[in-house]
Amino acid sequence: MRNVVPVLTVLAMLVAFWWAAVAPMNMRAALDVAERAGSTVIPTGSVERRSVPVLKLMLDNHQHIASGYSLKRPRLPTPSQVGAELWKTTGAMAIKGRAFSKRSLIHHSWITLQSTLWGFLLGTTLGILGAIAIVYSRVANMSLMPWAVISQTIPIVALAPMIIVLSNQLGIQERGVPKAIIAAYLCYFPVLVSMVKGLRSPAASELDLLKTYGAGGLQSFFKLRLPASVPFLFTSLKVGIAAALVGTIVGELPTGAISGLGARILIGDQFGTPLAIWSALFAAAILAGVLVTLLDIMQRITLHKMGFRA
Amino acid sequence: MHEPVIQARDLSLTFKTNDGPVHALSNVNLDIHQGEFVSFIGPSGCGKTTLLRVIADLESPTGGVVTVNGLTAEQARLKRAYGYVFQAAGLYPWRTIGGNIRLPLEIMGYSKVEKKARVASTLELVELAGFEKKFPWQLSGGMQQRASIARALAFDADILLMDEPFGALDEIVRDHLNEQLLSLWSKTGKTIAFVTHSIPEAVFLSSKIVVMSPRPGRITDVIDSPLPQDRALEIRDTPEFLEIAHRVREGLRAGHSYD
Repeated sequence: MRNVVPVLTVLAMLVAFWWAAVAPMNMRAALDVAERAGSTVIPTGSVERRSVPVLKLMLDNHQHIASGYSLKRPRLPTPSQVGAELWKTTGAMAIKGRAFSKRSLIHHSWITLQSTLWGFLLGTTLGILGAIAIVYSRVANMSLMPWAVISQTIPIVALAPMIIVLSNQLGIQERGVPKAIIAAYLCYFPVLVSMVKGLRSPAASELDLLKTYGAGGLQSFFKLRLPASVPFLFTSLKVGIAAALVGTIVGELPTGAISGLGARILIGDQFGTPLAIWSALFAAAILAGVLVTLLDIMQRITLHKMGFRA
Repeated sequence: MHEPVIQARDLSLTFKTNDGPVHALSNVNLDIHQGEFVSFIGPSGCGKTTLLRVIADLESPTGGVVTVNGLTAEQARLKRAYGYVFQAAGLYPWRTIGGNIRLPLEIMGYSKVEKKARVASTLELVELAGFEKKFPWQLSGGMQQRASIARALAFDADILLMDEPFGALDEIVRDHLNEQLLSLWSKTGKTIAFVTHSIPEAVFLSSKIVVMSPRPGRITDVIDSPLPQDRALEIRDTPEFLEIAHRVREGLRAGHSYD
């Protein structure tokens, strides 16, 4: 709780910067609207204004700056416009009992969340299993690890359409499956790297101690390596779930999907409704924040119960 | 005379490194009998820890043989012939003190009742009764090291191998733990092999002091202590004590060329 003040200070600064940026960003559009409504604008004509710097336009037409803050299709919406749109498509609809209607962001967030969680589950499982293989087998260590690193250098935007086409070819009808695979693809890597580090974290003397007890491989795994890796696991899960969410959204972009936050962003772009893009963007950010916070709480509880010093 | 509990014959161990071979142990011969308290003392690199690790089957010798209870070191380890105390307490942070002492018992498959009884009695032995539910970080360094000794005593091993267990503790705590260790030794009658680099500690604790020197690691002197088994810290001011300490110091100096 100590960091509430610094966090809020940074947030306030960001919002202030955003709010100030709205005026220059929307100046040209505001002047177009004003001109069409019959006001005098210097210079006249949208094309003529293109060669005039924004700051000069603002100086010459300062009476029209304010209208940039209430445009219907702003280039950069104001924080309050985004907030209102977000409320209109979530809370307001929920109050009317239409929380899961196709126009509600709650519905789209839910679609995205499902694939994210499946991908997270799949990616985490693969990451943990891969880490166990790497720690216990020299061959896996030499063969698997380089490929894991290489896999992350391929841009996911290039790979996503291929995964979708491929899963279509295999006759998978469910739209969530390729999205979950893309999410898992991004999510497994941080888990793998962290778990390799975690499973290797016991000191040589700790392994020697178990040897003096004549402990077997399974015993040293469950009694030493696995519990020692738990703090590493949680740290990577927090990175992993955020990566899974990004993967899902990327998976929704090129697919012609009509639901999910990624689809909302794409549709907003195609139909020129920046408010829809921005509210979907914020819905994704809020979703990520909630997921990471939940994992953080789970981490605190688990580590506290395990007796790790906070 | 009974067969020695630990016997080393012509023991050698050479590590291969990039700078050429390192002779950690060279022609070591040693007998340790039932109920003895044997200290290994010497400067760094004299092979005292290596010797202890060879006895424990944590290192394999490149020459010679070592037997423990008449078995090879590996057989003895698998039969859980000894408890080993490391320099760092090495308690698992996710286990309570009781849980840490229970660890070897879990691995060795003791029954639930037996585990409970043994945890309680060993905690009593190292004067940590009442700390069973505490986590390691809640204890001081000296208490943690006592808990790690309790962990090595919890199962039925007649031999206790200790590798500089008090090396990281301050002198006052160390004195106290030395006294406790002596009373524990006389209560349990275990055979103890103890690595240290402190002359007073070695003389105060041991019934036999093995002086070692480096390059190559070897035994230069074995001193049978005339001090009575029952001793208090004050014994360190007696002429007998000082005489043994002097002999140990001479042995260390003779074996140590300051090149």
